[in-house]
Amino acid sequence: MNEAAYAPPSGLQAAKPAAGPIAELRNVSKRFGEVLAADGLNLSIEAGEFLSFLGPSGCGKTTALRMLAGFEAPSSGDVLLDGEVVNDLEPYRRPVNMVFQHYALFPHLTVAQNIGYGLRQRRPRPPREEIERKVTNALEIVRLEGFGGRRIWELSGGQQQRVALARAIVNEPKLLLLDEPMAALDRKLRKEMQIELQNIQRRLGITFVLVTHDQEEALSMSDRICIMRDGRIVQTGSPRDLYDRPRNRYVAGFVGSSNFFDGVAAAVSDTETQVRVAGGIMLSGRALAPVTAGQAVTLSVRPEQVRLARTAADGDKAGWDVTVLSRIFLGEHTEYLVKHDGLGEFMVLTPRQAELSDGPFNAGERLVAFWEAESALVLTQD
Amino acid sequence: MTQRSRNFLLLAPAGAWFLVMLVIPLTVVLIFSFGERGAAGGYVPAFTLEQYANLPARWAAFKNTLILAPAGTLASLLIAYPLAYYLAVRADPRWKTALLVLVIVPFWTSILIRSYAWIFLLGGRGIPALLAAIGIEDVRLINTPFAVLIGIVYGYLPLMVFPIFVNLDRLDKRLLEASSDLGASPWRTFLQVTLPMSLPGIATGCLLVFILLMGEFLIPAILGGGKVFFVGNALVDLFLQSRNWAYGSAVAATLVILMLVSVTAYMRLIRRLGAQREDVALM
Repeated sequence: MNEAAYAPPSGLQAAKPAAGPIAELRNVSKRFGEVLAADGLNLSIEAGEFLSFLGPSGCGKTTALRMLAGFEAPSSGDVLLDGEVVNDLEPYRRPVNMVFQHYALFPHLTVAQNIGYGLRQRRPRPPREEIERKVTNALEIVRLEGFGGRRIWELSGGQQQRVALARAIVNEPKLLLLDEPMAALDRKLRKEMQIELQNIQRRLGITFVLVTHDQEEALSMSDRICIMRDGRIVQTGSPRDLYDRPRNRYVAGFVGSSNFFDGVAAAVSDTETQVRVAGGIMLSGRALAPVTAGQAVTLSVRPEQVRLARTAADGDKAGWDVTVLSRIFLGEHTEYLVKHDGLGEFMVLTPRQAELSDGPFNAGERLVAFWEAESALVLTQD
Repeated sequence: MTQRSRNFLLLAPAGAWFLVMLVIPLTVVLIFSFGERGAAGGYVPAFTLEQYANLPARWAAFKNTLILAPAGTLASLLIAYPLAYYLAVRADPRWKTALLVLVIVPFWTSILIRSYAWIFLLGGRGIPALLAAIGIEDVRLINTPFAVLIGIVYGYLPLMVFPIFVNLDRLDKRLLEASSDLGASPWRTFLQVTLPMSLPGIATGCLLVFILLMGEFLIPAILGGGKVFFVGNALVDLFLQSRNWAYGSAVAATLVILMLVSVTAYMRLIRRLGAQREDVALM
């Protein structure tokens, strides 16, 4: 079989894997007047990966994206594309395209003219037939066949989002930047677009860099996530990594939900760390980073790792007597809010199967909650 | 109150104004234009096309108006656009309002006084004297079409600046970023995004200035010195000096028709330029 047979059905060629990272931030800072929007960012983006910047608004994720696009120049440090420093290279000279938050489609042009805009800027200008073919192709990829002649304002939000995506990918950029592209879509549409975006990315092999404040979006689509806070990168890793091995309390809170018990590290050993929490209660967990006795730490327990039972089974020494405060049925899972006299309130997520044997529990019921010390993480608070 | 009677009430003041100030006078003008001049001036009822047959006698006024009104509109546009662009896109937002006020400042003084100032500037002891000092002798500016054009641009610039400014100010700057992101240089972004997007503002500004210029008489009267005169000056002359109301009415009616024709043609052109565009289609 020849190589052409492997070409993506779209006809768009997958980007060739480069030797080094396709883009890099080297100690990049950006200052806007008094505000340090980005503070010493270091990041290497590999060709073909789907990377997300995740963080609350004002954490510097959009600034990072805009420096990759060329809309902002770093105050210090270097931005590299394909191994070359591009700090002051204008956006229109970069092989990078962006899907804007509010799409920024040209209202005076048709859908097809919008998508072909980037191709028409090339010098030498590609022949008309080539532009038409590529535009048709891009429309197919985003499943908007036959919409080429429409006007932008005739389209729904979801359709506009697809046009914005098509307008970017038709140029086969080395880097596709997405600035909260799904913020304006309703929940159901957002889910659909997430799956589609991921499919398109895999199919075309273009490197995607997404900016989002929606952890679910980042977790479900990305190969790697870069968690940001106050202009700094807190942790970069695969979604699984961040979920299982968060660097600190902030990351654990941002990726998935968790029960946090603040306290002080009491006894530290290689395998287990004892944490004294409110009311003098000792909890044990696993420290991912070295902690010293006396350090303020947080013990994190994921709600799905807590089990509830009506009676403590034999050998379950670490059981806590709790009262059920509320129950929320979520279909596959049931979420309980329970209260322990010393530990306070915490969440428990019980899978449906577990409910069948021993449950469901009612509000006001007195139960025993327990978790493996192995699944409790001792995190630093920074 | 029914929707109908409410609508009637809402439109009544404007409708009455329209009737008294526009429809009735225009009808009178039209009737007069078919009449004759009385022995001592004024109007004598008749039905004759004689006044219209006499129109070529005032050809120079029509020619000046039909050349200088579009030329003045174009010159105002060429000067106003960069200014409006600077104010809307480039100017520091903190200074925007102050700069805008500067554009309106000339309106605080009567156009009559401001135009008189230009008599001095363009007259023998003004710019020509300066030019003579550097060796360019015998430049005549006052009482030329150029002087009238300068007066027009000076007087009407704010009217052109404002609609374009408002339009460019509302322009979503993210579109410019998108264009740059897609590979268009700043100049190409201007040609492909900014300029077409500001078409409604240009259209409004040009229409405003052009319509007012077609009826202009003050600026040619002051800066044209009887040598460069508009239809408006001819009308002043016919109604107030020679008291030939019938002939004056024919000239006035012809001007209105010319204006209707050119404005209609202009609107058609704008519609076609912005075919199917939401913002222009609404105009």
